[in-house]
Amino acid sequence: VSAQPGRSAGVAEALRGLSRKQLFFPVVTLLLLLAFSLVVNPRFFSVTVRGGHLYGSLVDILNRAAPLVIIAAGLTLVIATKGIDISVGAVVAISGATAASLIGGQIAVQGMEATKVALPFVILGAMAVGLAFGMWNGLLVSVLGLQPIIATLILMVAGRGVAQLITDGRITTIYYRPFFFVANGFLLGIPFPLFIAGAVLLTLGLLTRRTSLGVFIESIGVNPVASRSAGVRAGAILFWAYAVCGLCAGIAGIVVASNVKSADGNNAGLLFELDAILAVVLGGTSMNGGRFSLVGSLLGALIIQTLTTTIYAVGVPPEITMVVKAVVVFVVSVIQSEAVRALIWRRTEVAR
Amino acid sequence: MSQSAPSSAALPRGPAAGLSRRDRLLGWRYLPLTVTVSLFVLMFGAGSVAFDGFFSAQVFFNLFVDNAFLIVTAVGMTFVVISGGIDLSVGAVIAFTTMASASLIQGRGWNPWATMGLVLLLGALLGLAHGLTVHFFRLQPFIVTLAGQFLARGLCYVISTDSITIKDPVFRVLSETRIPLFLGGAITVSVVIALVVFAVAVFLAHYTRFGRTMYAIGGSESSAVLMGLPVARTKILVYTMSGFCSALAGLVFSFYMLSGYGLHASGLEMDAIAAAVVGGTLLSGGSGYVAGTLVGVLIMGTIQTLIMFQGDLSSWWTKIVIGMLLLVFCLLQRAFQRSAVRRLTSAAPRAPATGAAGLRSA
Repeated sequence: VSAQPGRSAGVAEALRGLSRKQLFFPVVTLLLLLAFSLVVNPRFFSVTVRGGHLYGSLVDILNRAAPLVIIAAGLTLVIATKGIDISVGAVVAISGATAASLIGGQIAVQGMEATKVALPFVILGAMAVGLAFGMWNGLLVSVLGLQPIIATLILMVAGRGVAQLITDGRITTIYYRPFFFVANGFLLGIPFPLFIAGAVLLTLGLLTRRTSLGVFIESIGVNPVASRSAGVRAGAILFWAYAVCGLCAGIAGIVVASNVKSADGNNAGLLFELDAILAVVLGGTSMNGGRFSLVGSLLGALIIQTLTTTIYAVGVPPEITMVVKAVVVFVVSVIQSEAVRALIWRRTEVAR
Repeated sequence: MSQSAPSSAALPRGPAAGLSRRDRLLGWRYLPLTVTVSLFVLMFGAGSVAFDGFFSAQVFFNLFVDNAFLIVTAVGMTFVVISGGIDLSVGAVIAFTTMASASLIQGRGWNPWATMGLVLLLGALLGLAHGLTVHFFRLQPFIVTLAGQFLARGLCYVISTDSITIKDPVFRVLSETRIPLFLGGAITVSVVIALVVFAVAVFLAHYTRFGRTMYAIGGSESSAVLMGLPVARTKILVYTMSGFCSALAGLVFSFYMLSGYGLHASGLEMDAIAAAVVGGTLLSGGSGYVAGTLVGVLIMGTIQTLIMFQGDLSSWWTKIVIGMLLLVFCLLQRAFQRSAVRRLTSAAPRAPATGAAGLRSA
């Protein structure tokens, strides 16, 4: 009997320790959402195999979340340096437009479908454009010392114009079938976008966590001057963080263009920057920089997509999604807020 | 500016030294504004030379007529930016205002004046919520107003996903009335509203305690707190005013379009921020002029007009040109800041000695 209070205190202590873990909140949020989805739709977790391909709500969520996961992964690095990139949506549009124009309409050579430029070069070209615009952002932020939000605002404003310039202001339809594989194909029964997202996450994860690059990025987020004094090449790392973010947006742009089979300079990747920031913040990466979690961003992106899918499933008009997102952003930011945590902490201290 | 804070502490007390310092500071302060105004004159002049019929009173007035809503929003945005924050919800609040007033008047048969009062109140309340959250939860303004943006846009679609035409006679009259001015040009009621907002904003920013506190918070919030300034009240008020301005801009936009639609004014927050930056407001806060913002809006209007007159260029060039303009102005600001810092740091070594001497003589 006397052991009872001690054990409960231990459990409380363990819970408190758990709640301080970076991934605690995203995991709990995602689990709650999934549980709610299961209540709404009992067949939510069922995965069927049709024609050797996996189908089901979960597969669907993963598949649809892929572009967001890719962008959020790149953005995580930028936010970890206490930066922000609000141009990712525009870069998605530019990359899609580049891919569409490199494929070049309906071309038939000897009765076969063809592209203006060979497919590997289409993909590489679109990725290179994404990387180039990311480097542009990196140049403005790290070399010229502009505030990240302004530097990327410039590309956000001008980027959609550039995308429309590439597509000549029209929505360019893509007819070349092999290109559709990028977003709609299956490899080993699993949707192909999952492999792309997985490869991006794995590469960035290995780069940042198996080398000291991740720690350097975080040190810049905490204090750029101090990290430079400590011998971290802050300028170069900052530059490449933005460049990689642009590259990720470029890759996502290819997936989006392949998915909708067209390039729309005005609407491709519209509001992506907001969803991506939301995903990163939901994943426990602080907007104040200094710590990041790629897995957290993955969870954040999945939370957003699960939310969207579930809202559809509940039968609530999809328009409400934005209102729900607003509430989620608000609640999560409040939970993450140091001021609120301090307030709650003080309350519990006083209660004791 | 954060740079001016150490300078005033290390300032020599002698009257002559103080004067020259102030002179230099004033010149530096007004330089961005001078650049902006010259750019506007240059662009308008270039258009007048290049195109027949460009140099007319009506073309100039149309800059105001077509951008009245942007002036109103950008003024509110300038306040927020000067105080060191940002408001990303303005475009969505405009859309929500057009949508709410259209559905209340057309769908529910509300009185147009009561509707206007209600939507203005709603805009101010949303701004108030932003301000309270930013101040008391210490959240980044960027995130808070982003949530506000989602909320306002989402509410538009909750009301309706389609465009609603406003047929109310009061709105029609407000939309169609032309007030003739000199040289055969005419303006609309919306322009009068925009100019009144502008005048009030100039008064608030430069002739009231509230305005000075706003600049102080943008320069350094912790210093403003230590100086005993009403930081909480001012910050919350700044966001409330931005919300109110956005709602008012939404009404002006309704007069302009005579419809409510959830996709109205998408991306307008970026135009408003761009106008403020081109007008010489520092996005880091603490420095800027409402007058500069007005000229910034006029410059963006001139770009549109030039592209329209040119005829061959497509509308997306507007975005590219505005983006390039933003870049140039940001780099200019950066250069100004760096040179100011350099001047201060080069002046620093002898400043303490003269400061101490000045104190001893006093």
